[in-house]
Amino acid sequence: MSEIARYRLLLALLAAATLALFVLSLTVGPAAIAFADSMAALFGGEDAGPLALIMQEIRLPRAILGLMVGATLGLSGAVLQGYLRNPLAEPALLGVSATASLGAVIAIYTGFAAVFPLGLPLAALAGGAIAVVVVQAMAGARGGALTIILAGVAVSSFAAAMTSLALNLSPNPFAALEIMFWMLGSLADRSMTHVWLAAPFMVVGWAMLASIGRSLDTLTLGRDAAASMGVDLRRVQSLAVFGTAASVGAATAVAGAIGFVGLVVPHLLRPLVGARPSRLLPASALGGACVLLAADILVRLIAPGRDLKLGVLTAIVGAPFFLWLVYRTRRNLL
Amino acid sequence: MTLLTANGLHVSLGGRPVLNDPSFHVGEGEFVGLIGPNGAGKSTLLRAVLGLIEACGDIAISGQDATSMSARERARRIAYLPQEREIGWPVSVEMVVSLGRAPHRPAFAGLDAADRVRIEEAMRRMELQEFRHRVSTELSGGEKARVLIARALAQDAPLLLADEPTAGLDPSHQISLMRLFAELAGEGRGVVASLHDLSLAARWCTRLILLDKGAIVADGPPADVLTRERMRSVYGVEAYLGEAEGGLLVVPLDTAAATAVSEGE
Repeated sequence: MSEIARYRLLLALLAAATLALFVLSLTVGPAAIAFADSMAALFGGEDAGPLALIMQEIRLPRAILGLMVGATLGLSGAVLQGYLRNPLAEPALLGVSATASLGAVIAIYTGFAAVFPLGLPLAALAGGAIAVVVVQAMAGARGGALTIILAGVAVSSFAAAMTSLALNLSPNPFAALEIMFWMLGSLADRSMTHVWLAAPFMVVGWAMLASIGRSLDTLTLGRDAAASMGVDLRRVQSLAVFGTAASVGAATAVAGAIGFVGLVVPHLLRPLVGARPSRLLPASALGGACVLLAADILVRLIAPGRDLKLGVLTAIVGAPFFLWLVYRTRRNLL
Repeated sequence: MTLLTANGLHVSLGGRPVLNDPSFHVGEGEFVGLIGPNGAGKSTLLRAVLGLIEACGDIAISGQDATSMSARERARRIAYLPQEREIGWPVSVEMVVSLGRAPHRPAFAGLDAADRVRIEEAMRRMELQEFRHRVSTELSGGEKARVLIARALAQDAPLLLADEPTAGLDPSHQISLMRLFAELAGEGRGVVASLHDLSLAARWCTRLILLDKGAIVADGPPADVLTRERMRSVYGVEAYLGEAEGGLLVVPLDTAAATAVSEGE
């Protein structure tokens, strides 16, 4: 089978798996609903009763967010690894996740989140925007990969410090608990409002990230070689940074910080696409969606009623898995 | 036609002038060897011509002002082989070579038949056909160098700039590469290669440009550029210059300072 045919088959399989997990995600929940009933309720009209309410207002937004957040993490992880040519790059690297979390924490801390339903995600988006402006300003138009990594680390550390300060000064233990729980990352109890809030940023971010696939291929040979082959490095950097910020900022705003998906999924799929960065992007977006949907199904199956947080599960499974991946591919990493 | 004209280039890196007013031109059919000691500014000169670092001065590519060109336009006219042989991901040899076609392709289009012909031709010239499905990061240094050269050939530009392309190659592949560059010049292209092996440069290049402290010290046919005095004043070595098999032979014997000391005794 030729390389391109294998690649198309992979994408088809990933798309089928994503679709299957999406449907499965719709059928899992505390309310025991038969599959046929749930599908009927999903497409039913206004008067379909409580079943329709559960399907359309609770499970559908959760499944859609799982799909979108997962795709965002997979895609941005693949883009950042390709752009920085660093296999350890991940969506949180730019500091967007940490500052978006900080924005959310401030919203919870000040009570802004309680008085205004969209206060939390909007504050998180604002936090993410600040991070990207700082990182891009520090890296400059000609800044290299290393400057971006260092600026991202600095911004992340500062945001983490401010988050700790908020916890430290938290007026009551309930606020601190709410902050802690929010930071663990979850898709539970989200509404279609969250979907509509996050979707525009994510779609714009995806478009920006997807547009630089070709340039990432060329960057395989280094910055100078890529520039000599007609790649506009400033444009690629802006698209990578702002695309990540828009999509990951929106993902963090609605779901909290969810780790390891954006790091592990590109690694897992890279050998299957012949390591070509442009082909890794769609594969990794689908792979990320699969992993996140599966994880979100698992948290509901493993501990129904205990509200096991999604971010906890991805970290518990992701970290040892990543360790195994590093062990297996350590020769190629060096 | 003149493929490249550079006039009064000035580059400062960290406040230190690296290029000091070199002016030169490269025409069709020329294979120019860019020689000079370490730190003379050879790489900087090539990078400045490509617009990879900011430089003052006038650069014209195929008669057109370089500042008015987009990166893609320039990429269709000049191919560049950097000194660092970097391949970031374990991609196949064929994929690396096909990257050379990037400046010729519209944003989202795949490779067309003409692209494939160029890629095959480049792989054939660098004897890479059997390597096509090998993982490029697992190749030896010399093989990797050939893959990257093939990539530059696939770019099919009228002018090729190569930064120390022979470094790390065995004598047979060094000579094959010099012959290839001479062939390219024979086809009417221009090649500029920075080189450290002066005998190799003298034997194959049609012209040598000797660079020292960011300025051009000599520019002309190899036999005129390479003299014992220049070997002493520019490279700081006493050298044997002879002739063998119809080509100039340059063999550095000792550092000039050491000779001066021993002569003084």
